Amino acid sequence: MKYIDEYRNGEIAGKYLELISRITTRPWRIMEICGGQTHNIMKSGLEELLPKNITLLHGPGCPVCVTPIEMIDKAIAIAARPEVIFTSFGDMLRVPGSQKDLLTVKASGGDVRIVYSPLDAVRIAVQNPNKNIVFFGVGFETTAPANAMAVWQAKKLGLKNFSILCSHVLVPPAIEALLESSLNSIQGFLAAGHVCTVMGYEEYIPIASRYKCPIVVTGFEPVDILQGIYMAVKQLEENRYEVENQYTRSVKKEGNLAAKKIITDVFEVVDRKWRGIGEIPHSGFKLRKDYIVYDAEKIYHSININVQESPLCIAGRVLQGINKPHECTAYGSLCTPEHPLGAPMVSSEGACAAYYRYRSISFKEQP
Amino acid sequence: MCLAIPGKILDIDRASQPLMGKVSFGGIQKQICLELTPNAAIGEYVIVHVGFAISKMDETEALETLKLIKEIENFGDKLDPPNPEK
Ligand code: SF4
Repeated sequence: MKYIDEYRNGEIAGKYLELISRITTRPWRIMEICGGQTHNIMKSGLEELLPKNITLLHGPGCPVCVTPIEMIDKAIAIAARPEVIFTSFGDMLRVPGSQKDLLTVKASGGDVRIVYSPLDAVRIAVQNPNKNIVFFGVGFETTAPANAMAVWQAKKLGLKNFSILCSHVLVPPAIEALLESSLNSIQGFLAAGHVCTVMGYEEYIPIASRYKCPIVVTGFEPVDILQGIYMAVKQLEENRYEVENQYTRSVKKEGNLAAKKIITDVFEVVDRKWRGIGEIPHSGFKLRKDYIVYDAEKIYHSININVQESPLCIAGRVLQGINKPHECTAYGSLCTPEHPLGAPMVSSEGACAAYYRYRSISFKEQP
Repeated sequence: MCLAIPGKILDIDRASQPLMGKVSFGGIQKQICLELTPNAAIGEYVIVHVGFAISKMDETEALETLKLIKEIENFGDKLDPPNPEK
């Protein structure tokens, strides 16, 4: 496919690998923040092909993985109600709550439906006036304009039977939280290309200079990722701490203004809890007052939640780049994609699942 | 989750609200919301996430990214002659 195949070109990737090893004189630890990039790094075997002194840390950038267990439990409780049609992106269905997952609710008769777009959930609400449609509004900034647009559209249509369970998270406050941690060992970041497609990268500039940490906005294909690593290593080797943009074919400095407008019309910034990390100030979105009647948490507030994470799961340390997935004692034995103990094993973009699926497949074996 | 892929706009329904269009992903066609990329035209490529185009592909920049490797390579060779043992 155009704009994909050329960025998977093994020959160009090989040249970048060579360039990276040519300029690397010291060990560097670089974190890719986005789970989509983690997935592609593992799938293409890049981690094993990079020079030994470059360590890639896999960040918390998978909204599926960082959605708090209480929120999953809330979703499950709402989805089990007979008057509700619960709609969600497919990857949320198998995320374990404290007792079960959404798929189990569906199997025992709950009306849980996978949608491709949040606008599909609005359509279901129009078609089912006697049911209450709840959409599981998870995601990073990338997904925020789509989810905002669905709420905006519901209001425009005057729908009384549509709401969203909003669990939106934001990347820059998470980067700051990681850099602030006393355990931090991250020296450079690859910022998520699609998050920045929406938001631009102005917010990252003060972070890069304050923490002396280069941030390179990076795309998702192997050539993009290697070019992003090359740019980050080059900055580190030259003692530069700037924000650079590798993914120029999609990302503009100011982002997508139409997308940012719909986001600020519908959402406002709020403190959010991240699964495995804890509460991060100003790291999420909630609905603004004007849209509060579409807030499923307000509508179904009586639902009581008690929470227990598996004591074996070290997802928090994995999501912060302190431990690698295979360093968890449950990895691959008690915890597998079929029987996940923690969220990073559920989503194909979670670091644990990406390791489980792809580790030891080499780049050269890729078609 | 943040998966977004490039697709080619085949058709735009100017009367629709929000603005919708038909987008092809290597042959598979889908109705996509184009409200966030109002300047994208038929025949152009957009990057699509959960049914929404989130950016118009910048063709010139796309070519630049691929061209860059050649330039760095040539420059690198001048600075640092290849190691004869390699
Ligand atoms: S391997 Fe499983 S139990 Fe261990 S950190 Fe990952 S998700 Fe948690």
